[in-house]
This record gives sequence, C-alpha cells and structure tokens, in this order.
Amino acid sequence: MNLLDPQGPVAAANSTILVDSVFIMLVIVVPTIVAILAFAFWFRASNTKARYQPDFVYSGRVEMVVWSIPALTVILLGGVAWIGSHQLDPAVPVPGTGSPVRIQAVSLDWKWLFIYPDQRIATVNTLTVPAGAELNFQLTSSSVMNTFFIPQLGSMIYTMNGMVTKLNLRADNEGKLQGLSAHFSGDGFPDMMFDVNVVSPLAFPDWVATTARSDAVLNEESYKKLMQQGIEKGRPTYRLEDPRLFDLIATQHIPPGPGPELISDAGRPHSGGHDAR
Amino acid sequence: MPAALTVEATMLGKLDWSAIPFDQPIPLIAGAVVLVAILAVLIWVVVKGHLPYLWHEWITSVDHKRIGVMYILLASVMLLRGGSDAIMMRIQQAIAYQSQGYLPPEHYNQIFSAHGTIMIFFVAMPFVIGLMNLIVPLQLGVRDVAFPTLNSVGFWLTATGALLVNLSLVIGEFARTGWLAFPPLSGLSYSPGVGVDYYAWSLQISGVGTLVAGINLVTTVLKLRTKGMNYLRMPMFCWTTLASNLLIVAAFPILTATLAMLLLDRYLGFHFFTNEAGGNVMMFMNLIWAWGHPEVYILVLPAFGIFSEVVSTFSGKALFGYRSMVLATMAICVVSFMVWLHHFFTMGAGPNVNAIFGIASMIIAIPTGVKIYNWLFTMYGGRIRFATPMLWSIGFMVTFIIGGLTGVLLAVPPADFMLHNSMFLVAHFHNVIIGGVLFGAFAGYEYWFPKAFGFRLDERWGKAGFWFTFLGFFITFIPLYVAGMLGMTRRMQHYDVAAWRPWMIVAAVGMAVLTIGVICQIVQLVVSIRNRETLRDRTGDPWDGRSLEWATSSPPPVFNFAFNPDVRGEDAYWDMKVQAQQQSLERDGPEYRDIEMPRNSPTGFVCAFFATIMGFALIWHIWWMVILGGLGAWATFVVFAWRDHDEYVIPAEEVAAIDRVNLEERRSLVSMAGTA
Repeated sequence: MNLLDPQGPVAAANSTILVDSVFIMLVIVVPTIVAILAFAFWFRASNTKARYQPDFVYSGRVEMVVWSIPALTVILLGGVAWIGSHQLDPAVPVPGTGSPVRIQAVSLDWKWLFIYPDQRIATVNTLTVPAGAELNFQLTSSSVMNTFFIPQLGSMIYTMNGMVTKLNLRADNEGKLQGLSAHFSGDGFPDMMFDVNVVSPLAFPDWVATTARSDAVLNEESYKKLMQQGIEKGRPTYRLEDPRLFDLIATQHIPPGPGPELISDAGRPHSGGHDAR
Repeated sequence: MPAALTVEATMLGKLDWSAIPFDQPIPLIAGAVVLVAILAVLIWVVVKGHLPYLWHEWITSVDHKRIGVMYILLASVMLLRGGSDAIMMRIQQAIAYQSQGYLPPEHYNQIFSAHGTIMIFFVAMPFVIGLMNLIVPLQLGVRDVAFPTLNSVGFWLTATGALLVNLSLVIGEFARTGWLAFPPLSGLSYSPGVGVDYYAWSLQISGVGTLVAGINLVTTVLKLRTKGMNYLRMPMFCWTTLASNLLIVAAFPILTATLAMLLLDRYLGFHFFTNEAGGNVMMFMNLIWAWGHPEVYILVLPAFGIFSEVVSTFSGKALFGYRSMVLATMAICVVSFMVWLHHFFTMGAGPNVNAIFGIASMIIAIPTGVKIYNWLFTMYGGRIRFATPMLWSIGFMVTFIIGGLTGVLLAVPPADFMLHNSMFLVAHFHNVIIGGVLFGAFAGYEYWFPKAFGFRLDERWGKAGFWFTFLGFFITFIPLYVAGMLGMTRRMQHYDVAAWRPWMIVAAVGMAVLTIGVICQIVQLVVSIRNRETLRDRTGDPWDGRSLEWATSSPPPVFNFAFNPDVRGEDAYWDMKVQAQQQSLERDGPEYRDIEMPRNSPTGFVCAFFATIMGFALIWHIWWMVILGGLGAWATFVVFAWRDHDEYVIPAEEVAAIDRVNLEERRSLVSMAGTA
C-alpha cells in the first residue's frame, strides 16, 4: 500500500506533488536547521572567540530576507496547490482505454458494497476493475461517515449518508491492491479493508459473466440485511435486481442503517463490538 | 414491575450497576488505583491538619499565581492520564497484527478518544492558561488579573470537566467516536451509550471555564498595565497571550454552540446533525473545525511567547525584530480563522475552494517562519547559556520546523488526498503539538518554576528529561510518518498489513523512551523539593531576566509589587538593572502605602461542585439532580454578586516589612553585578 508505488495516474500525480513539495521545502528547512544548531553552538557563552553583540536586535535587511524567504516558498507552493487542485479534482474523469466502468460504492457498518449498475452485479469487500479503463465512482454511506481510499490508486473521498460524492480513478497495472476506510466509523472500522483486483480488459467481462450467475440477489430486502452492523469476513457477490438501488440508498428511500441493538438501557450498550471480536 | 424498582429507576435516571465495568479489568483496576491514591492523599491531608491551609491558601484563593499553579498541577496530573492512554495505544498497535491485541475495539476506541480529549482540553489548555495566569500580571507589572474571582471560577470549572472525563473510566464509558465526536457516529442512533454525553458535558462545562479565563486575560492585557507599559513595550509573552485569548473569546463560543446542537440532537430529538430529517453532518465538520483550527493557535501562540522570553534571556539579548514578531503574532491570530476547511479537503468541495483554503493555510507558515528566523537572529551575537529551558527551546525550533514542513505539505490538497486521516497526519499534529506546545510548556515550567516557588529545579535531571523526551519523540513519530506513507490510517484497533508492523514496534519503543523522559521530570521535581535549600533563589532573578516578573521576589508577595513599576522601554527590568548599576542609586526609604487586594472566595469551588453534580446528572438523565446542581450553581453566583466586602487591606507596615527583605537581596545582586 506504499503511496510512493502508484499504480494509476491519479496516485502517480498525487505522489509526484507530494515529493516535489517536500523537496521545495527541504531547500529552506535544511539550511535553517543547520543555522539553528550552528548559531547555538558558536554563540555558546563559553566560546570566547564569538563576538557578543547585545545591540543587534533589529536589521531592516535581515527582516526583509526573513519575511521574503517563507513568502516566496509559499508563493511557489501555492502555485503547486492551485494547479494541482484543479488537475486532480476527484470529480473530473480520468480518460482511459475501452468503455468507462461505473461503480457505485456504499459504505456499510462495517463493510464495503460495490454496485456495478451497468453490469447488474454487486460485490462486498472486493472491487474488481479492468486495467486501463476509466473508473467513475459514485459514493454514499448507509449510516455513518467513511472514507473510500485505495492508496495506490490515489485520492480518497468521504462517503456520507443522504449524499453522493464523486471520484474518478484509473488502475494501470493488473494485480492485487488493497483499499480501506480512512475515516473512523465505529467498532468494526479496522475490518473495512477491501481487496482490489485489477484484471485485464479481456478478463473483466468474463468475471462479470461469472458473477452475474451468482445465486444471491441484491435487492432492497437483502440490502437491509447486509447493512446491519457486523463484519463480513467472506467476499460475497450478488446479482443486482434493481439497477436503481444506489439511488434509493442515496436519496434515503431506504432509511439509514440501524445502530447497535440496545439490550439494556444502561450506559454501556451491547453493540457490534462483540461481533468485531 | 414492582413499584419500588420503578421509583429507583427514575430516581437515578439511566444509572444502575451495569454502569460499573466489572467485566473489564483494565479500567476497573486503573480506577481503583486512582481512587485509592486520591483517598490516601485526602486522608493524609485531613490527618496532618493541612485542610485549613489548603482551603484558605489554595482552594478559595483568587491570587492569579496560586490559580496558575493549580492549573499547571491539573495539567500535569492529566498528562499522566493522557500519557497512560498513549502507552496503551502504542502497545496495542505493536501487537495487534493479524490479531485482536489485548484491547477489544470498544475499549481501544474509548482510549484514543479520551487521549485526544484529555491531551488537548485538560493538558495543553490548562498548562498554557496556567502559565499565562502565573506570569502575565507579573510581566505587566500589576497586582492581579482583571477579574480575580472569575479566574478562580474558570479554573474550578476546568477541573470539573477533567473530573467528569475521568469518572467515565469507572462509571459508564467514554466516547468511542474520536476526540471530535463527528456525527452521525456520535448521534444517538449510533452511540446510544453515555460516552458521548460524558464527552460533550465535560467540554461544555470546562469550555465555560476556558471562555471565562480568556475574557479575563484579554481584559487584563488591554486594561491593566503598569505605568509606561504601552503596547509596544509589552514582553512578547503578553502579546501572544493577548492573541491567544482573543482567539479563545472568538472561537470557544463556536465549540459551545456546536456541542449544544449535538446535545439537542441527543437529548431532545433535534435534527441538526442526524442523517434524517434534514440534518447535515457537513455542518458539524465546518463548525467544529471553525473552532478547532483556531484552537491549535490558542495553544501554540503562548508557547511561541515562552520561547521568545527564554531565547532572549538565555542569549543575553533583547528579542530580535520585536515589532516584526508582534506583527507575525497578530497575523497568525487573524489568518488562523480562515483556514478550517483544510481539515476536510477530501469531502468533495470543488477545486477552487480546496485551493483557496490550501493557500490560506500555507500563508500561516510565513509569519511562523519569520518567528523562527527572529529567534535564530536573537541567538546570533548572543552569549547563550544552555540551561534546561533553553534546551527545550532549541529542541522546539528543530522539531517544529519539521512539523511545519509536513503541515504545509498537508495543506497542498492533492498531497492531502493521500495523507488525510493517515498516520502521517497523526505524526504531523503530534510533531507540532508535542514539539511546539508541550516543549513550550516544559520550557515555561523550568523557566518560571523558581519565580513561583522560590527555588530552582535540578538541572541534571531536567536535562536528562529533555534528551529522553526529544529523542523519544523522534523514535515514536518518525515511524508513524513512514506508516502513513505506507497507507496506514489512524485509529486502527488491529490490522493485517505486514509492512506496517515493524514501524509500530519501533514507535512503541519510542514511547518507552518518552516515558523515561517523563519519569526524569518527575524525579527532577522530587529531587528539587528535597534540595530546595541549596537551590533557593533569594534574589528573585535567577536567570538574569529581562522582564518585570523578575523584578519582584521569588515567590512574589501576594501583592506582587510594593510599588507599581514605572516602565520606560522594552525589556523593562533589564533597563532598570542597567540604570541601577550606572547610578548605583536605589530609593532609600520609599514611602510604603496600604495595598488593597481582593478577598479569597469559595465561589469558584462551590460553583464547580454544583456544576459537577449537574454535569453528572445530565449525563445520566437524573433530572431532579440536574435541577439541584443548577440551582446550587446559580445561588452561589447570587451570593457572590450580593457580597458586601470584596477587598481587604494590607497595611503599609506589612508591605514595608515584606518588601525590605526583597530589596536587600536585590541590592546585593545589583552590587555584585556591578563589580563583576
């Protein structure tokens, strides 16, 4: 999950900006640290060779330099931030080869549901995408906030109930990656890691066909079961009954997921925490 | 259900025996140990007959110095609690690879929430507020703060908040939502327990205390300065105090309002931040960070002030570029209110919004950088003595620059898209809060301890404490930076990624080194108290200081100064010393006058007592007790408002007797310096 080993153009651009910004700042930071240590050492009270200048308390020239060094750095980095924010806007599609794949991601307590409305399939905790294709994500949450993040593909984004966020990515190389939730969401939060299978554009339709033959069906009823608090260790796949399921979730036609089931009314509720163990 | 049971149930609200975590040994044992320790101290106090002394000299004291010391004591005790949480978290993450570790999620999640809440609200805040309380009136050359009794109320309400947070360890639970309790997770649907209520009511009550302290200190700096102490002669610490407290006055009401809305959601079925009925979680994010970002400057600005005093004193020079520093301080104060959105670049706001807030955040780096350079040039041409406070200051400069670098990096939206909420972020804010605020608090503690108590702290243990903390900090947090670069996100109770493991182990080792640093400082305090006669500071000026707090005895008399000093320039006390040497004249028999000082008042303590009852009752829905606590607190204020006498007079003879002793010591100091 190394951020400096990007597997797609978004992550590559993100990490380039990250590394470049660090180097721009190191140009200022390293000499400053050296100067602090050097001044402190040289002007130690026991050093008789150092000249004591108690009246050196103002210098217009020094002031100009110390205001302009950080100012110039910030102007440079501000440019990087401005251009980078626009080029890497998560809502802007990332062109790729072949037809774009639409994926609707829903964060549940505590698992990820990925709906492929065009392919009429859905998966839990595993995301399969063709290499090189444009990936358009729409994201929402069944209950609390989460953040969808595949470190090696770049740019994370929040998922929120009753709202849809957009993210565009592309995976360039076939292989297995890992994704996770990057926003704390309760007791089962650490188990919200998911697999990302980047397959060849030719293998993708085969995978879709296999998945579409799945016995399990995702509809409003089975979704409501799925959104109960708990951890999913397996990797279930579904046939999608209604391609508008995501819209029903995002517009709260399906009400938000329930919280922990209260057994006692006292301070410490019995919750999904037990499932998490 | 039998009638008796129903009555009991309504009498105690949600509270019953299931609130005590009999099945969880760790909090139970920890709670028991703390309880026994508190009882032991109480019994010792009562048996030894110290209770009247404590009551008259400390608990009811409205003396800003005493209140400052109590703030710092509270912060130190809470630092041990927050630090224990940190140790438990580091151990958990070091062993919870492909396993559940030793802490189940519902416990681990409480620990990191409590760690953040305690460290910010009950360690960092009281520590800096304590130092400001202790020192600012002395530096301004005045006898007390603007509202002495209110000051006491502020402290005791902060203590109430701390008490409630710690009570959650044994009665009920603490929030499992993170230290900012984002809804909808913190809403009633997803957090039905009392944890979030403990969190919110503690912060509401201590927040009132903080606001009161802020108003008090702003008024003190603006309205109570000694003769000749105009704004551009104030020591840097007074300037940063002003800036920081202006931010408190502006920002804390936002926190209060935000938490009030969250509480309305939880208690009365409102829908400010719920998923349903038009609630909006993004509004909570915006509001809480509109307070939260200024908050970090509320903490770090006073620390900047402390470093300015320390670097200047131990370099034997006035602060370089004083006016530039004032400008930088006020610039940070203003701009810090315009950057809150950088805490959620990844929420999907457009590129223009992200870029503008990113650049605004970077702009804060300009005045901050200027400050670093001005400290650098204060050292240039100085005669630097490496006493412990100076070590903390140099350690700060090096550490804080690295924290600044990673901070500016996180302000670049595309970089933040990968690092947001990661361990890299965790490392960054610890880098600035430990490296900035905590190092500053420790520097201030070492620097002003002799002023508060009349003897110095042991230098050897102090230096050992610095080096262990400094190295421990890097061994702990560099691995967290690396883990963040490896995609590790924060708040993970367990994980399956092999690449993260070694870094978590190194971080746990670093935590052990940090702990040794803390132990060194505890030992330092004990050793110094034992050797207090050899470490005694009779002159009131142990460091060859430059500002007015050193112009009075250590510890200062209750009235601080027999005569309000007359200030003729920056570094007021330094000028006095120079002039005294040149003219070798001191007024011989000054005419002492009666001094009026505010009377002690139990208002603060009694008010906080009722606030504690009310807070506890609100958490557990014990409505009759809420009314009782509320009425009690209100009545306390009415009694205070109708008081007849609020001042007492120290007769001139007594003032003279106290001051002459100090004057003798000081003369010998001046003559010694003159011959040297």
